[in-house]
Amino acid sequence: MKKEEIKANTQKIYHFPRVRKRTENWQGKETVVEPVAAKDTVPKFQGLKLKYPVYTKHKSILIEAGIVGAIALITIFLIPPLLTVVGQAFRVGLLGRFLALAIVALGIDLIWGYTGMLSLGHGVFFALGGYALAMHLQLAPLEPGRLPEFMGLYGVHELPWFWQPFYSFPLTIIGIIIIPALLAALLGYLVFRNRIRGVYFSILTQAATIVFFNFFNGQQKLFNGTNGLTNYKTFLGLEVNAPQTQFLFYALTIILLALTYGFCRWLTTGRFGRLLVAIRDDESRVRFSGYNPTGFKVLVFAISAGLAGIAGALYTVQTGLISPKAMDIAFSIEMVIWVAVGGRATLIGAIIGAILVNFARSLLSEQFPEIWLFFQGALFLIVVMLLPDGLVGWWRSQAVNQIRRLLGIKQQVTYPSLETDPEVQQEREELTGKLGTGD
Amino acid sequence: MNAKILEIDNVTVSFGGFKALKGLNFNLDQGELRVVIGPNGAGKTTFLDVISGKTKPTEGEVYFKGRNIQSFAEHEIARLGIGRKFQTPRVYLNLTPRENLELACNRNKNVFATLLRANSSDEYRTVTGLLETIGLSSKANVSAGLLSHGEKQRLEIGMLVAQSPDLLLVDEPAAGLTDEETYNVGELLLALAESHSIIVIEHDMEFVRQIANNKVTVLHQGSVLCEGNIEEVQNDPQVIEVYLGKQEEEIETKEIITEEEEKIALLEITKEEKMSVSEIIEKKIAVSEITEKEKKIEEV
Repeated sequence: MKKEEIKANTQKIYHFPRVRKRTENWQGKETVVEPVAAKDTVPKFQGLKLKYPVYTKHKSILIEAGIVGAIALITIFLIPPLLTVVGQAFRVGLLGRFLALAIVALGIDLIWGYTGMLSLGHGVFFALGGYALAMHLQLAPLEPGRLPEFMGLYGVHELPWFWQPFYSFPLTIIGIIIIPALLAALLGYLVFRNRIRGVYFSILTQAATIVFFNFFNGQQKLFNGTNGLTNYKTFLGLEVNAPQTQFLFYALTIILLALTYGFCRWLTTGRFGRLLVAIRDDESRVRFSGYNPTGFKVLVFAISAGLAGIAGALYTVQTGLISPKAMDIAFSIEMVIWVAVGGRATLIGAIIGAILVNFARSLLSEQFPEIWLFFQGALFLIVVMLLPDGLVGWWRSQAVNQIRRLLGIKQQVTYPSLETDPEVQQEREELTGKLGTGD
Repeated sequence: MNAKILEIDNVTVSFGGFKALKGLNFNLDQGELRVVIGPNGAGKTTFLDVISGKTKPTEGEVYFKGRNIQSFAEHEIARLGIGRKFQTPRVYLNLTPRENLELACNRNKNVFATLLRANSSDEYRTVTGLLETIGLSSKANVSAGLLSHGEKQRLEIGMLVAQSPDLLLVDEPAAGLTDEETYNVGELLLALAESHSIIVIEHDMEFVRQIANNKVTVLHQGSVLCEGNIEEVQNDPQVIEVYLGKQEEEIETKEIITEEEEKIALLEITKEEKMSVSEIIEKKIAVSEITEKEKKIEEV
């Protein structure tokens, strides 16, 4: 086509709204001109109502909160008696532990699924949360001036200084979240500021895992080494191993999981969440848009570590043991597997993945104690090859079509491009909208 | 309006031993639209990298609005008011055009402000207006990965505008577009030039002619070869030598061909149907006229 022809065909007046024009004079005077142009750019919408998606948003948030609340209540009050009736009462305890693991899975999903940083060292944060609570559980039942049992064995006569704060329950609760979060923030700041990404970040987290594992494993005098901290008795006047207390922990886990879910949902749905996705997809573009990704990554990494700390504490109190084994590299990788199985960048997927994989694992290890590890490996391979987006990702994208095909139900296709064409859709919506208001 | 918005003073960038830019001097007036051309490897993209802070100059200084921006990181430079469009459209594919624009439009780009501050209705209106301008209103809520190449180009330009920079750096906006789309992008840039200073890097000479209403800068081997309006540049012997080194050869063959006048066929050698001169002779096609190709200047 010739230039003139094109010109004739596309007589379009481009009008750019001038967005917050900074007409600062760089001689020192600063004059900020108010954005005026924005007004006349949307005359078209004056006839129609300016649709702010606020009301519908509020509604859907309420609905979702309702669903989450209902599921939480059912899990707390209905599932334990049901399992007891079936004669599987011990599974309630298992479920509680797995739900605690789901919290750390949510944390992994935040940094891996949304922000694209694959951390293979979350076991450290998990274990730190666990140790924080375990230290309090060691100290709580003691009379003043006495030391935890294992310290006597190794000839320690005075309580190490960093054990002191764990006498206090509130400080312990803060420590469970803050210690892992601060460690992650420090590590993250050093790593992200130097623009270390991708595989190198994963390797660094692995290295951190090994360092912490060796430290905790070697310090018999401080942390009872390989044996870890166990044999919890009482705290806050409650007997740790009593069924009522354990039910309390079970309920607490579910409540915290629901709250964590809500928190992650809040983080990921707004502009902040979109920026995380943007960082995952194209970090340097984010820089050129005027954002500094370092701060965002540090914050998300710290939040994720804090969640791991909470999960670690809840898990510890329900299993009755925390040992350096939680800092094992294999365990950190397992956490990633849960998220991969459930579906990256889908919060519900992380929860489902954690619960599903762990239940499958406990069932298989009961049935086939020798070879169940193979099943776990196979599961991961299957997911990576057949369901790269995880279970939830598959459900959202392909499940309907695949199930239809399996059942032999044919779809009614009208005019393929017409159904999916957004312009047609918009016109349709506008038409129906106008008719609606006209009536 | 004579103030210089951008001054590049004797900048050298070397990667190892290789000098991508050699003692480059460059000035841009406020409100100017400048087209930068140059053969491959002339250092055009490095030139943009230096301005936007992606690459730090080994020697020399860059001043934006009279401020030395050498020590600033990319995001700080972006906040000062330099926006950059990349060669291949780089939009966030998993977000919708609206979300893309909202991210660029966000006024306070600190971590906690981004997290806690709600979208203002002002921003909502700006984004809606921008979507209209770049012609993506109907696709505002589909994921950007589903957009066509031209739509992504327009979206990225929209993101630039949403950022409200004072200086736009545009790297080959017409790459991979049809003639019509190219023309549209050109008009967009001209409209933008009314309120922004713009540096455009481009190969497509027709496009350059469309938008170059002011000066054109030719880069060659990391420094400025010549500067002037489009006619001056095209007639500059140095530029012709750099770009059109083969022209002598072509003139010779022209004489040979015109001697043979058996049949007259009008042949338009376009980008798609390339024909070497020897082929033309073999097929004994008479050529009435040889005009300079106006497509990619480098192909000549």
